[in-house]
Amino acid sequence: MLAFIIRRLFQSLLVMVAVGFIAFSLFNFVGDPVNNMVGIDATIEERQRMAESLGLNDPFPVQFARFAANAVRGDFGQSFRLSVPVEDAIAERLPATLELVFVAALLSLAIGVPLGVYTGLHRNSPLSRLLLTVSLIGISLPTFLIGILLILVFSVWLNWLPSFGRGETVDIGWQSNLVSLDGLRSIILPALTLCLFQLTLVMRLVRAEMLEVLRTDYIKFARARGLTNRAVHFGHALKNTLVPVITITGLQIGNLIAFAIITETVFQWPGMGLLFLQAIQFVDIPVMAAYLCLVAFIFVLINLVVDLLYYTIDPRLRIDKRVHGQ
Amino acid sequence: MPFTDDHERRQPGTTDLAAAAESGGTLARARDRLHRFVDSDVFYSFRKSPITVAAFAVTLLCFVCAFGAPWIAPHDTNDVATLDLMNAELPPVWLEGGDWRYILGTDDQGRDVLSAIMFGMQVSLIVGFASVIFAMVLGVGLGLISGYVGGRLDHFIMRVADVQLSFPSVLVALLLFGFAKTVLPRGMQDDVAILVLIFAIGLSSWVQFARTVRGSTMVEKNKEYVQAARVIGRRPLPIMLQHILPNVMGPVLVIATINLALAIITEATLSFLGVGVPPTQPSLGTLIRFGNNFLFSGQWWMTIFPGTALVALALAVNLLGDWLRDALNPKLR
Repeated sequence: MLAFIIRRLFQSLLVMVAVGFIAFSLFNFVGDPVNNMVGIDATIEERQRMAESLGLNDPFPVQFARFAANAVRGDFGQSFRLSVPVEDAIAERLPATLELVFVAALLSLAIGVPLGVYTGLHRNSPLSRLLLTVSLIGISLPTFLIGILLILVFSVWLNWLPSFGRGETVDIGWQSNLVSLDGLRSIILPALTLCLFQLTLVMRLVRAEMLEVLRTDYIKFARARGLTNRAVHFGHALKNTLVPVITITGLQIGNLIAFAIITETVFQWPGMGLLFLQAIQFVDIPVMAAYLCLVAFIFVLINLVVDLLYYTIDPRLRIDKRVHGQ
Repeated sequence: MPFTDDHERRQPGTTDLAAAAESGGTLARARDRLHRFVDSDVFYSFRKSPITVAAFAVTLLCFVCAFGAPWIAPHDTNDVATLDLMNAELPPVWLEGGDWRYILGTDDQGRDVLSAIMFGMQVSLIVGFASVIFAMVLGVGLGLISGYVGGRLDHFIMRVADVQLSFPSVLVALLLFGFAKTVLPRGMQDDVAILVLIFAIGLSSWVQFARTVRGSTMVEKNKEYVQAARVIGRRPLPIMLQHILPNVMGPVLVIATINLALAIITEATLSFLGVGVPPTQPSLGTLIRFGNNFLFSGQWWMTIFPGTALVALALAVNLLGDWLRDALNPKLR
């Protein structure tokens, strides 16, 4: 157990170092930092003093170590475009993205699970077939197109919901959308867009798991005991399908954060993804580096936690490792 | 199996019988081959599935429109001289104010939307194909090496693949694109933007190829024909390329088809985000991005038609990929 945890931690650390190295090389191999900071008429001595004070004359590993140490403390320097420290810019945008992701994940579970149960229980009904076909087309639709269609229908034609921005936000420790009516109205379309892909995933997963579980012996026994359909379906069957669903939802949170880039662009949602995209367009290296490290960290963390949880929950994995001798 | 066809080609004049068969001429042989194809299992399963035939027709239509665009498109959207602002923002022909010269309407500068879609699809398809080929060469190469050589190298390649697989490919492509943008000098960026895009999308999708090929290679390399090749003293590289590769290509073809749909969508997404192809060579994604600015003033046709074309293309290629997977899977026969 301990050996596994240590090995897994070491792997995660290695990934973070590799990502950090990419971020660091962004800084170092692009242009000449000294040129960016001194005037045209600076003498060679001034340039050298500048390079010395920035630590640019140090050996490569020392520079990388300094970058890593700063990065761990969340210090990525000033954004070229916004002229504010990068960590402030991100801290300002992070809640918007996280709220969006949270609502999207919640929506996908709230809609996906019932649909999955329905299509699993009545698998030959016309409605189930329709739902499955629609979900297949839904997977083929690119995210940004779904967003555009929703805007066209609900904002332009029906004029029901706002189509861009966060609307009115309330300060509850962070700027939140979830407490004011206007904020809630604003979050509906982006969250719906973001959740659609995951919704189809949850629905298909629940359906497949339900079909699997309904064939098992304990369901037959539950029926033999004379339990009602409701008790069998929801008390016995559904409960046992939820473990993989929750795992997948957890794993998908990383994907949601990444796909939020697209949704935020369509809806001009002022979150981290939009910040990152603008950073790419304006070659704002500190923001790019910081986003890269942050997202990699979130992904690595989620994967690590899931792996460790699986290892604790599922004893079969342990035996497997030993047989393969890793 | 469709792939055995080429291996069955006979050496001319090996025996008298063969020579007699040859005398029928090339035409008869071609007809013979056609017959064999029409009778084959793969073609049968194709004929029996109306959805697949429809998907094939849509794909074919897209190809003809895209690559025939210079000849069949009603207008040349790349030629600025033909544009007339008087024709700007015309709706499609069935709406009031529509013009028969512009069947699907025009954009804000008087460009014909239908022609723009045709030319845009060409860019989308070229980028899609090139990036899939790039991913395939890279993935198959690494997979072969990984599976054949094994050991530490295999471990390393597969670790990298694992790590990359945990990130969504759009994000990887976006990061690679951003990286290239910072590294390349500013003047070059528009010229090489398409190459960078192909590189980014290709590099973000090699993992699936590598994993599949590695798996099959590990099975194949212990079979007798590979051992025989080793015994007669062939070098590892020719063994990998000439003996193992032809036998692991079946699944690769399926992955390539499905990845083509993915690559087209990824390209459209990146172009929509404004980090894809330069505005001078608009792809479907770029058209959607431009059209999006006019959504609120009611000119929906600038967005919806390119979007529909994109979805039709992606869906059709996806369906073809699904069919190919089932048709080539011996377990399902």
